[in-house]
Amino acid sequence: MKRKHRMNSNTILILITVLLFFIMYFIGCVIYANKGFGNFQTFLNILINNSGLLCVVAGMTCVMLTAGIDISVGALVAMDCMLLATGMVKGNNCILMLLLVLLIGAVFGLVQGFFISYMNIQPFIVTMAGMFFARGMTAVISTKQVSITEANNALFYQWANTKINFPAFMGIVNNKGATMVPFIRPPVIIALLCVFAIFIMLRYTKFGRGLYAVGGNEESARMMGLNVKMIKLKAYVLMSIISSIGGICYCMNTMSGSVQQATGMEMQAIAATVIGGTLLTGGVGNVLGSFFGVLIIGTITTLVQTNGKLLSSWSNIAVAALMCFFIILQALFSVIREKTASKRKNARVLWSGK
Amino acid sequence: MRKLLEKITKTKLFLPFFCLLLVLLINLFKSPSFFRVSVSNGVLYGRIIDILNRGSEIAILAVGQTLAVAVSCGTDISVGSVMSLSACFTCMLLAGFGVHSTTVLQMPMLIGIVAGILMGGLCGAFNGVLVSKLKIQPMIATLILFVAGPAIGLLLCNNQMVYIRYDQYKYLGNFLNIGDWKCPIPTPILVTVLVVAVIAIILRKTSLGLYVQSVGINRRASRLLGINSDKIVFICYVIAGLCAGVAGVVASSRIYSADPNNIGLHFELDSILAVTLGGNSLSGGKFSLTGSIIGAYTIQAINTTLLAMGVSTDQAPVIKAVIVITIVAIQAPVFKQWWAGMKNRRQAEAKELS
Repeated sequence: MKRKHRMNSNTILILITVLLFFIMYFIGCVIYANKGFGNFQTFLNILINNSGLLCVVAGMTCVMLTAGIDISVGALVAMDCMLLATGMVKGNNCILMLLLVLLIGAVFGLVQGFFISYMNIQPFIVTMAGMFFARGMTAVISTKQVSITEANNALFYQWANTKINFPAFMGIVNNKGATMVPFIRPPVIIALLCVFAIFIMLRYTKFGRGLYAVGGNEESARMMGLNVKMIKLKAYVLMSIISSIGGICYCMNTMSGSVQQATGMEMQAIAATVIGGTLLTGGVGNVLGSFFGVLIIGTITTLVQTNGKLLSSWSNIAVAALMCFFIILQALFSVIREKTASKRKNARVLWSGK
Repeated sequence: MRKLLEKITKTKLFLPFFCLLLVLLINLFKSPSFFRVSVSNGVLYGRIIDILNRGSEIAILAVGQTLAVAVSCGTDISVGSVMSLSACFTCMLLAGFGVHSTTVLQMPMLIGIVAGILMGGLCGAFNGVLVSKLKIQPMIATLILFVAGPAIGLLLCNNQMVYIRYDQYKYLGNFLNIGDWKCPIPTPILVTVLVVAVIAIILRKTSLGLYVQSVGINRRASRLLGINSDKIVFICYVIAGLCAGVAGVVASSRIYSADPNNIGLHFELDSILAVTLGGNSLSGGKFSLTGSIIGAYTIQAINTTLLAMGVSTDQAPVIKAVIVITIVAIQAPVFKQWWAGMKNRRQAEAKELS
């Protein structure tokens, strides 16, 4: 009975997120119709620009489900970009570099996960150290901005600049008379695959259900016979690997590496996950909600950019306001949930736990 | 003698203090002139003074952060942003909206500074309501202001840096200068001492300190005991906000300007780190103000050491991360248990041999 109720309020939260995205997008279409906001390509551009963030958010959802957090992702993405850029400029094999980045991501996650699950140190502190480390390593590799051009790595350049066109009938004729066919780039496909894989994993695999169990109540998960420490460790390894994939997507978009890249990405990822209805206390959440969270953040940024006159800080304020709205909504839901639950339970519960 | 040594190592503050000493000792070996304090031009100079001076903001923030962590089992990640916001607010009031640089103040300096600090208090109150009344996890609740703070600051400053070229405004961040008399100690140190003294007296002389620990250990049980838990949580967050306001004004006075993007950048991380390095648990409950302050100066000592060794500011985080994770790992309960186990085994072996 309780489970059903709980699933209910979560679905409502995700529905609100999805609805809000459509409303915002619709408002954008109406206000900025003359600036081409209504084009299908605008929507695809949001996906293209946020493909790195999408990957990161998929991983962040898994970590937040275990009641953890990972604030090292932005720095990790920056390190990956820098590594890819420097490696490719020096003429290394493209595929080798990509594999190296994934391997480094796995090792990075392994170390973080070890400290968090086996040494029992707070995730925030460990990943903060990880963030310092990755950001510093970026500077150690190079303090300058390194760009990948066609001359130094043709294969990667070709991949990043591939246009995957939609069928021609979806195209529109612009004011110069040329037909513009909507297109996406490879990072989008990688990102969507990541989100889909995580969705399947969370829903149908043993490990995915284990994440929910650990986040819901660590003690009872242990009593059920789950290897809590191992699951947590795996979650952080998964997070770092997916962040590395996100780093590759990000690098395909920017085609460069610099120290200041992807600053604040971790907070954007957390914001998207929160807007998507995942609770930081763990055990509640869905990667689909996070996906729409990213779309909402992307839409806000695009709206502010399309306006042109507004300061860019307005997009941050809008994101903060939205987050405030969702957080309060979640809090209200949990208050209602608690009240209905406490009616059923006896008063003894009050004495145990916080 | 041995008993005394054992007694010293058993105290809670031993490890934080030991870490600070270790960092300072490394400096002593590296450059023997490290501890030299000289007087030139009527003011004190030296590395130690520099550490004390530059560490002021972190120490002030750490005081507020300690209370927030202790009372709510979570971290206030908005302090850095609140610093930036109060600095911008003060400078906006003093210079007038949209003014880029000014030599004439629009209102008495004191009013501007107090308003800036109160702005911090207001932000703290906002966080406090979210955390205490709506029972939102502190990190998520403060994430709102974390994102919004610098953005609102940028709006207040009209998207530019605001310079206050007014001599008395520099006093707070540099040296006091009354008539012919020049105070030899940098003002930020005096401000830190004042803030710490006020908070310590409040905690000691009123029952607030006891209540904070009680609420942090078990919020529900404290409420049943007749403590107004919500009010205590709220007060702690307001204090954290006020501390952030003070730190923001000091930081702004240091560079006699408001730089929304750089004031308070990463200070939330440093302040949380200070609390952890001080041996406080991030899961709330018992806290030690002294420990946090030692932690704050440890961080600054690490920063100053790295800079003195010629490590670039971009690369310094790598070493900082390694040091931080080592210090935190040494203080982790798991490591302590393992260490104690080793000790016991060695003693048992020694007994067997004899």
